[in-house]
Amino acid sequence: MTAKAIQFTVDGIAVAATAGQSLIEACDDAGIYIPRLCHHPDLTPSGNCRVCTCTVNGRQSAACVTPAAHGMVVENDTPRLTDDRRTIIEMLFVEGIHPCPYCVASGDCELQALGYRLGMTAPTEAYLWPRRKLDATHPDITLDHDRCILCSRCIRASRMEDGKTVFGFEGRGIAMRLNVDAQGGLGETQMAAIDKAASVCPVACIVIKRDSYRVPNGERRFDKAPIGSDIEARRRPSGSGGHRS
Amino acid sequence: MEEDRTMAEVEDILAQFGSDRTRLMDIVMAVQHRLGHVSDASVGLLAKGLGIEPVEIEDMVSFYSFFDRVPRGRFRIRLAKTAISHIKGAQAVAEAFEHELGIAMGETTADGEFTLEWTSDIGMADQEPSALVNGVVLTALTPSDVAHIVAALRQSGHEGGLPQYPPHRTQGAALPKASVQPGLVKAGPLLSALPAPGAVIGAALAMTPDAVIAQITASKLRGRGGAGFPTGMKWRLTRKSKGKQHYVVCNADEGEPGTFKDRVLLSEFPDLVFDGMTVAAFALGSSQGLLYLRGEYAYLWDHLQGVLDARRKSGLLGKAVGGRRGFDFDIRIQLGAGAYMCGEESSLLESLEGKRGAPRDRPPFPTEHGYLGQPTAIDNVETFVCAARIMERGAAWFAGMGTALSTGTKLMSVAGDCTYPGVYEVPFGITVNALLDLVGGSDAEFVQISGPSGQSVSPRDFGRQIAFEDLSTGGSTMVFGRQRDVLGIILQFADFFVDESCGWCAPCRIGTTQLSLAMAKVVAGRATRADLTAMEALSHTVMRMSRCGLGQMAPNPILSSMKSFPEAFEARLRPEAFVPRVTLEQALQDAVVVQGRQPVMEASA
Ligand SMILES: Cc1cc2nc3c(=O)[nH]c(=O)nc-3n(C[C@H](O)[C@H](O)[C@H](O)COP(=O)(O)O)c2cc1C
Ligand code: SF4
Ligand code: SF4
Ligand code: SF4
Ligand code: FES
Repeated sequence: MTAKAIQFTVDGIAVAATAGQSLIEACDDAGIYIPRLCHHPDLTPSGNCRVCTCTVNGRQSAACVTPAAHGMVVENDTPRLTDDRRTIIEMLFVEGIHPCPYCVASGDCELQALGYRLGMTAPTEAYLWPRRKLDATHPDITLDHDRCILCSRCIRASRMEDGKTVFGFEGRGIAMRLNVDAQGGLGETQMAAIDKAASVCPVACIVIKRDSYRVPNGERRFDKAPIGSDIEARRRPSGSGGHRS
Repeated sequence: MEEDRTMAEVEDILAQFGSDRTRLMDIVMAVQHRLGHVSDASVGLLAKGLGIEPVEIEDMVSFYSFFDRVPRGRFRIRLAKTAISHIKGAQAVAEAFEHELGIAMGETTADGEFTLEWTSDIGMADQEPSALVNGVVLTALTPSDVAHIVAALRQSGHEGGLPQYPPHRTQGAALPKASVQPGLVKAGPLLSALPAPGAVIGAALAMTPDAVIAQITASKLRGRGGAGFPTGMKWRLTRKSKGKQHYVVCNADEGEPGTFKDRVLLSEFPDLVFDGMTVAAFALGSSQGLLYLRGEYAYLWDHLQGVLDARRKSGLLGKAVGGRRGFDFDIRIQLGAGAYMCGEESSLLESLEGKRGAPRDRPPFPTEHGYLGQPTAIDNVETFVCAARIMERGAAWFAGMGTALSTGTKLMSVAGDCTYPGVYEVPFGITVNALLDLVGGSDAEFVQISGPSGQSVSPRDFGRQIAFEDLSTGGSTMVFGRQRDVLGIILQFADFFVDESCGWCAPCRIGTTQLSLAMAKVVAGRATRADLTAMEALSHTVMRMSRCGLGQMAPNPILSSMKSFPEAFEARLRPEAFVPRVTLEQALQDAVVVQGRQPVMEASA
């Protein structure tokens, strides 16, 4: 056993972390799932969705941008946090246009999977029916803005992993949109289907053409197990706490 | 031709700012005001000149209300849309402009001369209805002024070209109503018996930097921007942080609707503000100060630059400030461009660095990692004025005023249904009632304390105190009489947050819009008890889950008015268990238009 310097608890379970880890990273290692949408393990966190918000020492903090600290007391799996997280998911559903039954991402979509996991039945908020464009200018990729949840994963991936800066935000508030680095659409950018940015989208906004039904409906990631199961599978059976050796 | 001009101007502007990406605010502002808008061609040239991608420029430009990506009118008439301007007749003024120009709000005249639109509060609550024409402020407007204003603008238009921005002091001279009245009604100890030039700096230089911070700490001064953070502690933390440079930043974004006390300080007491910043610089070991001035206050640019120049000449800025060798300090003014969000300190820093005004995650705090990643103390205009007076008159003088937890006096911006709107310097601890007596607002039925992000207070609570420990406030005080529609005002506040949410995080971006829709349903008399319960629950979620203070405070007016004015909500509730958001007729509207016929409705009871 290598002793980890930082020790804290999540819903009463002891968790250890190494210096520099965020709360969500430490919990991922320990097999404790904190729901999240914009966070991606390979990218610098940006705190857009707030789904990972936990109560840390009594204060609300987004786990992906909160450094793990010794002695902190974290609440993650509480009815109120689940309600608040589900409300955010519902809001994202009504902000865009999400016809799951005929969407290419169904079963492989993190938004949809979180809706299931957090117990969403139908959104209770008002549908906003945005008018957004569909960008099919790229030979290998479609950009269906109606599905975009503005999580910024593609923006970060393109800048940090691909070294390209293909994406950015445009506008502010409810009018904020994903923007691409060319007036003529994605097809005029340096974007390639093998880019990291093409593979990180949690929903069906960035979709690789001619690839969508390789895995049929019913056999996809979240058709088989709820989102977060892979992380929870890392956790030792109860009795050994959350520690990993 | 046009392309050549764009290229020449952009090159000139880039040269002026040394192609420094962190000066993108100034660069884009210059493009906007010399070329009329920030075209695709300009974006491309800027990106190339700065060595970044066009999408990064667009990201920033599209964030600010005062930057345009498409051509708009040569004269931009922006009417303040606030709860106060509304009760003072802004709607009638808007209609007069619409009539005079033959366009609707949001539109541009066919000749490209005028664009007419609404904007958030411009800091003139004491003299509404107000408007901005490019950078010039018009106040106390009436519908009968409108024809004269338009005629005067048409006249000046013959000189051609775009108006100078920031405007020269004389620019509005030919425009009716282009003057801002002083605003200070009641000065207290802070703003009377003013120090001689140099006295404040002299007092600070007589101490060590640590002793200066000790004085500020002993005065128990708390930040006047709203949050009330102890200023001494902020300065100590910043001084302690290691960095290549320490920065002093003055937050003059004053975006909270209803407040205008920083405007008054900057116009009438600018030396006290700069004294305070210089004291902070001495305490922190800083050589660079920045004053972030909201774009709406561009009319103060000339005036403030003049004051800075005078201070440089008299040795209060520049090399060896106050004759102290080794203490070099100067101040640069950064203009904002129409974004309430940039008043939040970390967004302000982003904006200062030439980016969109989205907040930063904390930790790290600006005291360690602020402007350009260096230790930075950001304080409100009024906080610096307090610090200046504390240097000169001592911590005990300051701590002897106010309450134990809120020392000193507070500048209150009061407007609305009261006889004497303006800025009042009052001791902390004053009750709402006492304040209302001062301003001639004893008939008030509703007072909004600290702006839309604050509390809606009913007469039941008028005995409460203005203090950090009771009714905490940045100073905005909106007074409403019996004749006003409380719920309509709350909806106006909800809409303000829709306009100003930065959009970065989902709960605030979407939640503010949902709250506005929910409140609109209440105002329309279509809400049921279940709708109220849902609105309350959503308010709490937005509060708990939002990333920064804007989203965390945006539900305040709804939640506090539900508590303070339950009868107003009750009166508009529908008894049914469920009423749809839209009526069947509304839902079918699109189909009716397409088909050109009304649907056959079954007779309903
Ligand atoms: C949405 C939002 C807007 C703000 N606007 C202002 C502002 O216009 N002026 C200001 O001084 N502080 C504003 N603040 C508070 C600042 O973040 C910060 O606390 C303040 O500038 C610190 O200075 P102080 O300690 O002197 O008050 C705002 C905060 C939020 C969350
Ligand atoms: S992107 Fe996800 S949530 Fe949206 S429609 Fe597709 S499957 Fe459903
Ligand atoms: S396109 Fe996908 S990855 Fe990019 S911001 Fe939208 S949802 Fe996120
Ligand atoms: S709370 Fe609102 S203003 Fe703050 S980061 Fe989120 S969207 Fe932006
Ligand atoms: S996962 Fe942390 S804010 Fe989105």
